[in-house]
Amino acid sequence: MKRTVPLLITFLTGFFLIVSFFVPHEPFGQLEQRLLVWFAIVSGFAMLLGVDSLFRAHLKRIIRAREGRWHSLALLLSLVVTLAVGIIGFAKFGSPFHMQSPFMFVYTYGIIPLQATMFALLAFYIASASYRAFRARNTVATLLLVSAVIVMLGRVPIGAAISQFFPVAQEWIMDVPQLAAKRGIQIGAALGAVSMSLRILLGIERSYLS
Amino acid sequence: MGSTTMLIGTWIAGFLTLAIFSFLYKDNPVYKLAEHIYVGVSAGYWLIYVAFFDVYPMLIQGFQNETGIEKWILLVPGALGLIMLSRWFPKTAWLSRWPIAFTVGIGAGLGITANIQGYVMPQLQATLLPVTGWNIVSLNNVILTVGVITTILYFYFSKPHKGALGWMARVGIVFIMVSFGASFGYTLMARISLLIGRLYFLLSDLLHVID
Repeated sequence: MKRTVPLLITFLTGFFLIVSFFVPHEPFGQLEQRLLVWFAIVSGFAMLLGVDSLFRAHLKRIIRAREGRWHSLALLLSLVVTLAVGIIGFAKFGSPFHMQSPFMFVYTYGIIPLQATMFALLAFYIASASYRAFRARNTVATLLLVSAVIVMLGRVPIGAAISQFFPVAQEWIMDVPQLAAKRGIQIGAALGAVSMSLRILLGIERSYLS
Repeated sequence: MGSTTMLIGTWIAGFLTLAIFSFLYKDNPVYKLAEHIYVGVSAGYWLIYVAFFDVYPMLIQGFQNETGIEKWILLVPGALGLIMLSRWFPKTAWLSRWPIAFTVGIGAGLGITANIQGYVMPQLQATLLPVTGWNIVSLNNVILTVGVITTILYFYFSKPHKGALGWMARVGIVFIMVSFGASFGYTLMARISLLIGRLYFLLSDLLHVID
């Protein structure tokens, strides 16, 4: 019951999804769309579970007066405030995403600057990592260095000012060798995902039950 | 939003931006505060997003608006969702494996159909391009095809990379390194673009130093 039923559910769900792909007629025609709707609904409940887990972990830290409890308090307050303004926006405007909704205030002046600055911060760390990693030790490392420099120079006005070679070479690198390797990796990853999916459907891979 | 609200919002955004940038000096309590606020608002945002765009229209409004079997069949995902919450109670926590198995089944099913239809076939179709004579387009098409094949062969570890396979794997690593370098440069420029955006916000919207 504890292992057989989940294995059966996984197999049947995946099986019907595959059947609906190859047999786009009734009774299987609408099955894929229906299962994806169900998936979205169940994922919503999973999200609630995840947020609950986050809430409990930080609440525990506050109650037990552990180090970082004030930061945990800030996290819980920001979480509760965001949820509250979302509900208020829904009740007052019919949608939390209405431009007048307080939820959009949190999004515009909280999430956007925090997210953009976090990613902007990475520019410094990527640059410092490149200083350590980009050393022309051998041929392939030199290729990495040269292609990165050409792409960086080719995408800014100063590169074109130095030489018209940089924008043209940048475009060629992105369109041909970069695309070729990316495509090769994507095809390999997709084939790997197919084989892993088969292992899951056939019950060989069961780690999700642990 | 009124001008006072926007002003308060701009100062909050300015504080949060500077708090995150303070990490460049070293890890400090102000950065940690902004980091925790980021996690809190993001979790709240995504919960509201999923509830408003997925659960509410698909389950609640669907149940209200549909009729007959279409209405009652929505009880299945609703029940699976509620069973997912059985993790809250240790005695019934094992039941949550059922909705997890359902989502894994969907993922595995899509992993086969969507990957073949969405990745493998279109990528192969876009790779096997015609060679129409001695011109630059044909040469690029040949390089593209050789690059894709040798990259895949580089990741083929069932045989030792010796002889012809070793030679092709060495060609593959050339393409891979050029690709990684180009991706690195591309990512760095995107991050610098974001950095310019944040600095522009601080100097223009917050401090009005530049227009």
